[in-house]
Amino acid sequence: MTSVGVPLAQAGGRPLAGGRRPTFAWLGVLPFAGYVAIFLLLPTALVVTGAFGGKNGGFSLSGIAELNQPYIVHAFLNSLLLSAASALIGAVAGALLAYAVVTGRPDGALRRLVSSACGVLAQFGGVTLAFAFIATLGGGGFVTLWLQQHGADIYANGVWLYKLPGLILVYTYFQIPLMVLVFMPALDGIRPQWREATESLGGSSWDYWRHVAGPLLTPAFAGATLLLFANAFSAYATAAALISQGGIIVPLQISNALTSEVGLAQATLAKALALGMVVVVATVMTLYAVLQRRTARWLG
Amino acid sequence: MNRARRLRLRLFRTVVLLLFGIFFLVPIAAMFEFSTRGVGVGSERTLSAWTSILSYPELTGAIVHSLELAAITSIAVLVLLLPTMIWVKLRLPRLARFVEFICLLPLTIPAIVLVVGLAPVYVWVTFNFGDSVLTLAFAYVILVLPYAYRSLDAGLSAIDVRTLSEAARSLGAGWGTVMIRIIAPNMSGSLLNAGLLSVALVLGEFTIANLLNYPNLQVEIAMLGRANAGVSIAVAVASLLFAFALLTVLSLAGRTPGRPVNVEEE
Repeated sequence: MTSVGVPLAQAGGRPLAGGRRPTFAWLGVLPFAGYVAIFLLLPTALVVTGAFGGKNGGFSLSGIAELNQPYIVHAFLNSLLLSAASALIGAVAGALLAYAVVTGRPDGALRRLVSSACGVLAQFGGVTLAFAFIATLGGGGFVTLWLQQHGADIYANGVWLYKLPGLILVYTYFQIPLMVLVFMPALDGIRPQWREATESLGGSSWDYWRHVAGPLLTPAFAGATLLLFANAFSAYATAAALISQGGIIVPLQISNALTSEVGLAQATLAKALALGMVVVVATVMTLYAVLQRRTARWLG
Repeated sequence: MNRARRLRLRLFRTVVLLLFGIFFLVPIAAMFEFSTRGVGVGSERTLSAWTSILSYPELTGAIVHSLELAAITSIAVLVLLLPTMIWVKLRLPRLARFVEFICLLPLTIPAIVLVVGLAPVYVWVTFNFGDSVLTLAFAYVILVLPYAYRSLDAGLSAIDVRTLSEAARSLGAGWGTVMIRIIAPNMSGSLLNAGLLSVALVLGEFTIANLLNYPNLQVEIAMLGRANAGVSIAVAVASLLFAFALLTVLSLAGRTPGRPVNVEEE
């Protein structure tokens, strides 16, 4: 925002300065504020207060204490493992793909195609994605059958598609495109002159990656990996459509607790689980914001 | 760049693009293959799964509901957000950071967490507005808020809102006229962008609908998947193609007026 036209702009902001008449400009944001208060801030507050609510009202840590049960701890560990594995695989693979794309023509058809395809695929979670992998690698899936005809059985040691390894594989399908979208701007910030400078000083390709491009890209890469982690940690629909029973990860435990018939105790557990998720995601996103600021210093 | 390195780079690019192409295309192709299978081993290809979509009333009902939800949500988010953003920009610039923070907040609150807090709120919603599927739009406006905000923000910073509104006001226009007849037509590209993104998001939404027990399109597809995989996969492919088409329209529309709006950044 420029400073042109300041008088009009600040008349609303400083109602009493210089003896001006008080204005009611803030009334203009009331509908928006009311709406987000009811449908965004209130639900968030209900999760936090509910997690600390006792059975008969009042403050209580019993909901939080319930998190310390073996199956819940196990679900949290599974969620962390799933998010870390799919984020790392997605980050490395996505960085390779992004590099393959940015080394092409900057305004070429390939680049346009890949970035718009990634825009779609990064949002392509949920039921459709689960079905896509069932149709591919399920018991009667296209690839499973094709491999069987050629003498290979991917499920010789049991069906893994509906367990943690399957989830990791399925999640990489939306993690890689997200990485491409997030990491491509950082790769664009790398200038060819830096490589030329390295070469004119006698540096090899390895020296360039080790001492110039590597350190420059590390904050961007780490930040993007954190974003992918949070993305996988928050995801529910894909897992729910793929795994119909049990709660191997936290989001599935939450839905079990929410839909259970037991009532109040489970409602508190759902809120405590949700609070646990918020804590993890908020921590990761804060780190991400810090790394973003460091990235912007060189590759903005 | 010397020759050996250029050759190596080209080899690397070809291999990488080929491998990723296979990884991303095979599951989509497999869905097509699966949805055109006949009954029994060795039977011929058939489109019966596709043609029988219309014979499932729950499914067609859910398709209609999801389309209605998409329309309501995309219009509601624009009506709620655009006047607020313009007003804040012109009259309350000190609130700009606050509005941005609120709008981007849903990105850090997972939908599965939001739904836990929304369940009690929806008791109140049901009491006041009935238990129609369409009440889901209240929650969906929040879900699409970050995307709509970024798109509108890009549109608003591309035009000189202040000069336009001062010119209109000095000619006697009221605030409503300024917003609807002066500013909105000047940023039609980003309005379209925000609307289409909302549509795409709503059509793919599963988490909130499933846990609040409202049968939208994705919930019905998931349910049908347990009974008749062929038909539900056919619908899933169809909804995916529809989203593809929408986003293609979006990328074409985004390119024409002024500069393209890229919501996927950051």
